[in-house]
Formats: sequence, structure tokens, C-alpha cells
Amino acid sequence: MTAPTQDLVRLGLREAGDAVGARRVSSRALVDAALARIEATDAKVGAFLAVTPERARAAADAADARAAAGARRSPIDGVPLALKDIFLTKGVPTTAGSRILEGYLPPYDATVVERLEAAGAVVVGKLNMDEFAMGSSNENSAYKPCHNPWDLSRTPGGSSGGSAAAVAARQVPGALGTDTGGSIREPAAFCGVVGVKPTYGRVSRYGVIAFASSLDQVGPLARSVGDAAVLLRTVAGHDPRDMTSSTRPVDDYLATLEGGAKGLRVGVPREWLEGGGVDPGVAGAVRSALDAYERLGARLVEISLPHSKYGIGAYYLIAPAEASSNLARYDGVRFGLRAKDARGLKEMYSESRERGFGPEPKRRIMLGTYALSAGYYDAYYLRAQKVRTLIRRDFDAAFERCDVIAGPVTPSVAFRLGERTDDPLKMYLADIFTITCNLAALPGLSVPCGLEAGSGLPVGLQLLGRPFDEATLFRAARALERELPALPAPPGV
Amino acid sequence: MAVADFQTVIGLEVHAQLLTRTKIFCGCSTAFGGEPNTHVCPVCLGLPGVLPSLNRRVVEMAVRTGLALGCAVRPKSVWARKNYFYPDLPKGYQISQYELPICEGGEVPLTLDGVERTVRLVRIHMEEDAGKNVHDVSADGSSGVDLNRAGVPLLEIVSQPDLRSADEAVEYLKSLRAIVMALGVNDGNMQEGSLRCDANVSVMRRGASEYGTRCEIKNMNSFRFLRQAIEYEVRRQVELVESGGRVEQETRLFDPDRGETRSMRSKEEAHDYRYFPEPDLPPVIVEPALVERLRAELPELPRARAARYQSALGLSAYDAGNLVADAAVAGFFDAALAAYGEGAEAAKKVANWLTGEVARLANETGEAAASWKLTPQKLAAVLRLVDAGTIGGPGAKQVVEEVFRTGAEPEAVVKAKGLAQVSDAGALEAAVDKILAANPAEVEKHRSGKKDLTGFFVGQVMKETKGKANPAVVNALLRKKLGA
Repeated sequence: MTAPTQDLVRLGLREAGDAVGARRVSSRALVDAALARIEATDAKVGAFLAVTPERARAAADAADARAAAGARRSPIDGVPLALKDIFLTKGVPTTAGSRILEGYLPPYDATVVERLEAAGAVVVGKLNMDEFAMGSSNENSAYKPCHNPWDLSRTPGGSSGGSAAAVAARQVPGALGTDTGGSIREPAAFCGVVGVKPTYGRVSRYGVIAFASSLDQVGPLARSVGDAAVLLRTVAGHDPRDMTSSTRPVDDYLATLEGGAKGLRVGVPREWLEGGGVDPGVAGAVRSALDAYERLGARLVEISLPHSKYGIGAYYLIAPAEASSNLARYDGVRFGLRAKDARGLKEMYSESRERGFGPEPKRRIMLGTYALSAGYYDAYYLRAQKVRTLIRRDFDAAFERCDVIAGPVTPSVAFRLGERTDDPLKMYLADIFTITCNLAALPGLSVPCGLEAGSGLPVGLQLLGRPFDEATLFRAARALERELPALPAPPGV
Repeated sequence: MAVADFQTVIGLEVHAQLLTRTKIFCGCSTAFGGEPNTHVCPVCLGLPGVLPSLNRRVVEMAVRTGLALGCAVRPKSVWARKNYFYPDLPKGYQISQYELPICEGGEVPLTLDGVERTVRLVRIHMEEDAGKNVHDVSADGSSGVDLNRAGVPLLEIVSQPDLRSADEAVEYLKSLRAIVMALGVNDGNMQEGSLRCDANVSVMRRGASEYGTRCEIKNMNSFRFLRQAIEYEVRRQVELVESGGRVEQETRLFDPDRGETRSMRSKEEAHDYRYFPEPDLPPVIVEPALVERLRAELPELPRARAARYQSALGLSAYDAGNLVADAAVAGFFDAALAAYGEGAEAAKKVANWLTGEVARLANETGEAAASWKLTPQKLAAVLRLVDAGTIGGPGAKQVVEEVFRTGAEPEAVVKAKGLAQVSDAGALEAAVDKILAANPAEVEKHRSGKKDLTGFFVGQVMKETKGKANPAVVNALLRKKLGA
């Protein structure tokens, strides 16, 4: 039961779970290895905002006791995991990457946290993120930047940058993130891991700090497609505390995982690769993934998503509008940062929010407030909702001709820290291919499809599916994963 | 002053707290009172990460109210967020309904000066209540927030500007109150704020074709304050117009201590609520089957009940109206009548007690009919004691009061307080003789034809016997002694 740390941290989620189940490795050893790895690497990576060693070790010991008693709760009982700091964890600081929640101790656990714990997974800490999940590079974290394990001078992507970096850096075999416009898929692509944005309503949002309620969705990040599938299945399913969560049963993703791509109709949106704007190295890797699908017996189908070009515009009205309302509760009255020296109510409000929010939330609160204002609502918010309907119809039509849609996750590989911070619009364009999936409430997945020639940085292939058809996404992604050579370990750590 | 030259135009927005056991979006208790912030949870505190989970009873009560008022019930209605900052509003927005409310149209019947009419409704929508700011909670003069009420379900019932006087507005509110109480959706308690209203008031010169500029008046928690506020506001607006001024659209607050309204915020300062559809809640779907079930379950409404009391039981319009104003009182009446007897005479007796002595006691104690210690059976028992001659009118009053306050059995009260009438002629003869002997002049007048003096003698005998004499027996004795 004493494998070297470097071996233990390489284990995937299912491998680690199986090892605990077979009593080859203790949960305690896995957790200690993860904690040691975090200790050794996180000064460079910056993935964690909080590490909870005592709790984690206690939970690991309990998992080991269950394994010894033959009473395991699930195949991932005893496996270390980490959570984006947007999930409320009872008694463990939860900040959403914002100063306004510095030191905030939630009185309850998010539903997904309850489900992970019910499955016996061991949470070792909370992960860095863009403030309130607003960003594509993790540079909007109020606490510290996060670095890409492939190249520490580059961003891991965002907003779930800490989640992707921690998984890529072998700090944990899996993590949960949230995705509002690409916040799981983009960092997964940048860091060379698998990330899934499930169908809206597949996973409960209860206890997840809201950014844009009609777009936010919880999803897994892991180093293999199957591990991501197991993690999603653990947390997915109806929750009476989230009325937008679906009552549809959760499919058994593993049962169909190895079904291959033969006969699969892979839709390739004309607009995505031809429209330009995609770096040649990224386009090349995506093209070779499509070739791989053909080799595997899939059929490529050209499709058109004519309204996707309006996606960014619609998204940057709807998401800020909802955010401006969701962030109103951070007012200094009941919790979080309060400007104690303020005189009077109005000053207390404005000073608390002035000091507590960073520039990006402020920018989006302004945008959203404006978009919802009397006299502008119809021109902005309502129109954006109409665009949303058109985008959804594009997808409905496309899915009559194909089973999954494939394309790039991002126009480029991971960019350098600081490269885009002065240009919010350019930053927003990192989400150009991921945003329509949220607007249409579809499931989307990012799977590594090779390294960009030259930079040697990972490229992600994005697969989109029909609503609640995550099973097909996993099967398609797994077929590619099996076909393509595995990525090397990231050289940065 | 020429208030008479002006037509008053009023529309009311009534907020009715729904009688659900739990709040609209969480499982917390809706009970009134309680130590501050004890009926709260992460959801109604608006903590990070929480989501609303709809209490279906709220929808049922809204539909039930809509059906009773003849509204069109929307098969699909939508929640909206109303955004504004205030410490008693935990999320920084109120979950309400805006563009697509659950009910539209409908009307409220009212009777004013014997004339029946209806007031049209614009809509009824569901929303959550806010908490309450409590000022000067500590030595440093700081304020606190009590969120026990945050998330209590409300119906907002909005009338058309169909009301033309303060009296009419009061009658409208009374009629609406009786209806929501009869439906069991609201307890009608205006003092505790479970039924409250805002009034939109404007004035226009008689004959004018356009309404004047309206002011919205807030904070009226009794019929009296509603009347005062409207009357004050109408005078203020007329004076303003008469003196060449202009009414500015604004929100005004009624100050009950001064009986005045005063400006709270101008049109320029008005909130832009930035309504948008609530993304955390799916639309409310009301299936036709639910509508039909709720329609079938509708109770008899106050107006129908009052009509029945008049036609079937012969009660006056006044008594009938009083009884049905509170469905619990009307229910008490029905039960007491059933326990007591049949026919117009019995009904009249029960109604008299309920609208008289019992109403006085209820008013004095503030006790709601549902929690009276006096039960219908006990009131019927008191009436039977009177019929049997065991107690007289004054004794019965004492018994009712005692039973109302303590819940004791009427017979036991009669015994304990020695209220039984003396009906034994032998025992009363001495008292009669004593009174006649003490009033020779009156006896003489009576003999010479002034027969109405009989009442005087009866009164004197009652006094002599401390009210215990059976008046019928005393009368008979007097007739015998004084000659018919």
C-alpha cells in the first residue's frame, strides 16, 4: 500500500477508485499524495484558493474504513477531488474568486457537494477561478493568477482555470467546474484535459454561486473521457431544490462508452472552420480529429449554423443582465464584505460593492443594468432572447442531419498571461465557439485532439450533442481518445 | 373649497398574504411574530447559491381567488424579478410576476348606499413578501432587519381606476377582504399587515375627459386610515389644482399620527425595477383539470351567503352583511343556528347575539373568530337557558361574556355566578309588594289608567332582586296586584 507519490497522482479517477476498492491503495495514501503534489506544485500553478488537509484526511480514513468493511459507497469512494470555489461548502471558505466573499463560510453544502460526499469522494480543496466565473483566463481572480501547467507563462483559460490546471498538473484526478459560456470547455482545451458542459438542467445548480442563471451549468473535468463520465453521473440528476433541474433519468454513460464512432454522423459547421479567425495550428489539429472520425467509420456532414455569429452579442446581453441581478445580494447587509466606515445606507451599499467587486463584475453589472433598463429592455434583452431562439432552431435543424457537432473549442491555444487583459472584447472572443452551446442549453464536451505544431500546446476538439444526449458525446469523445495518441504529461510542472 | 367640482378617481392595489403553512420558495414557517430572524433559512435569507422552489399551494390559492373573482386564469404564467436595493429585500430583487400574471380581468362586487356595483380588476399576481427593517435596535441607534416575513407568499390584486370616493374604496376593500377570507386564502388581519393596500388617487374636474395625474399612497393598514388618506389626498390635490398648481406624479406615504400623506419619492426618483423573466423558475403551468377541481371546491361567497341569509332566514340586509364580512363569523352563525333551532326567529336571535354582544367582545379582545373560546354549541346553550327561563337577558349577557373570556360551560357559569332567575311567584311576591308599597303615587296613577308605568314597576323589582327576577313572573304578579 505504499506506492510512490508520483505514481499515485498519475492514477485517473476510476483507476484510483478501483485501487481503493481492491485495497491495493488506501484512500489516505491517495489523499496524502494529492496534498503533497499540491504542496509541491501549487506555488507555481496557483490552482488552489484553499486546501483542506484535515477534513480530507478524515474523509479518506472514513473511506478506508468503508473499503475495509466492504461498504463502499461508489466506485469513486475515497478518491480525491477538488471543487471550483463557486460551490458552497459548509464551513469551508467559499469566495467565487471575489474579495466580496473573502472569508465567507457557507452554512450549507451545494447539492453536487452532497452528492460527491454521498459517493465517498474526498474534497481536498477549492479551486481558483475568475471572479464570479466572469472571464476566460482566470486573470480576473481577485486572489491570484493561475498558470497553465503546459507553459507557466500562459493562462489555463477560465473561468474554471483552477479546475483545469489542477487536473492537468496531476494535483487531483478530477474536479468540478461551471460553464456559462465556455468556462469548463475552454480551460479544458487549454490544459489538455476533458471537460464537459452538460445539458442545462442535467446537474443541480443549488448551492452554486450564480453568474447567469439561464446559462450556468455544473460539469466535470478529468484526464479521460470515462473519468469525466463517471464524475458527471455522480453529480447529475433531478434536485427538488433546483426547479430548472430535469427529472429525466441520468443515462449510464459507461454502458455505451466504448461503442465506437462507426456510423456516427459528425456535423461540421461550415461557419466555424471557414469563417477564419481560427489559428492554423488549431484548425490543423481539429481537421486531423475529423479525419480520425472518418477512419473510425463516422460520416462527416457539413451543416450550417447561420445565427451562431450573433452568439457573442446575445450572450453579452443576457449573461450580464442576469448577473446584474444575481450579484445584487452582495450588498454588505447580511454577509460578505461590508464597508464598516460608511455613513448611511447608500454609502454602505456603494462602498461595499466598490471595494468588494473587481473590474470585470463591475463592467458586467453596468452592462446588464443598462440592458434591462426601462426603454432599452426590448432593444437589448428581449432581442437577445430572440436571437437565442434562432440559435436553438439552427441546432434543432442541424441535429436532424447529424448526431454530434464537432469543431474547435477555441480559436487559439492558451494565450499568455497579460496578453488580453487590456482588451475585454478580444478576451470575450475566446468564447466564440463555446457560447452558442450555453445559449441553446445543449451538452458540450472538450476532448484533447493533439498538440499545436510549434507551440506544443494542447488543442481541444469540441463536441456538441442533442439535449440530454451526453451519452453520445462521451461515446464519440472516447472513440477519438482511443484513436489518437495520448498527450504527454504537461512539461510545466 | 370646491371638492364637489372634482371627480375623485381611485384604483387600489391590495396585497394579501396567503394562508400557506410555509413560505413561497422555501420550507420556513409563515407564522406571524416570533423572535426576529427565527423563521429563516439560506433560501429566504438570499444567501449565495440558493434557488427558489415553488410552493404549489400558492398557485392553488391564486387560482382559487381568481376563479372567485371571475378572472381569466392563464394556463402559463411567468415569474419575473423586480430589482431594487433595500435592506429588507435579501436578494436585491423580489420574485414577482410582471408581463404574464396568473390571473387577469375579473371584478369585485360591492354595495354602497344600497346600490350594488362591480369594480373591475386589472390582474392578480403572485409574489414574495419582503422582510422588515427595525430601527434603533441597539444603543448606537443602528437598524436591524427581520427577515421572518421575507418569502411569505402574497397576492397582489390590482383594480382598475373604477372607484370614485373614499367610501367606495373602503367598501371595495371590505368586500374583497370578506371574499379572500371566505376563500380561506387570507386571514383579513389588517393590523398585522396580512391584508394591506396602496391607493392610486387622482382628481379631475367634473366633465373632464382625461384623468388627472395620480399619486400612489402607501402604508394604510386599516379601513379608517384608507379613508383618511384618500380624503386628505383628494383635498390636497384639489387645493393644488384650484390654486393654479399641478399635481406631480409621486409616491406618498400616509402618516396615521397626523392623518396626512407626504411625499416619499418623486417620479424622477422612482425606481427602474428592471423587470425580466426569473431564470431560476420555470413558467407556472395551470392545467385545466386543476382549474376545474378548484372551481368545484369554491365555497359559497359572501354575497351569495348574505342573500341566502336574507331570503331563507329572513335576516335584514344589515345583519346578513355583518355576518358574512368574516367567513369565520358566518360559519359560527351557521353552526350556532344548527345547534340551536330553525326558522327566522331562531336566526334572528343568533344573529343579534353575534352582531351585538359577541362582536363587541371580539372587538375588545381582538380575538379572531377561529380562536374564540365561545363555541357555537355554547352560544346555543345560552339561548336555550334564556328560552327555558333559567336566565334572563342581563344574566345571559354576563354568561356570554364569561364564556367568551374563559370558555367555561354556560350552565356552570350560571351556577357559579348565581345568575339563575327567580321564577317562583311566592319568592317574588314580597319584592313586588315592597315596591308597590314604596311607590303609592305611581300605583295611584297606574290605577287611574297610566298603564305604561308597568315597566317602571318591573324595573324596580328587577333592581330589588339584583336582576334575577323572571320578568314574565313579575309581570304576572303586577297584573294580579294592580288589576289588568
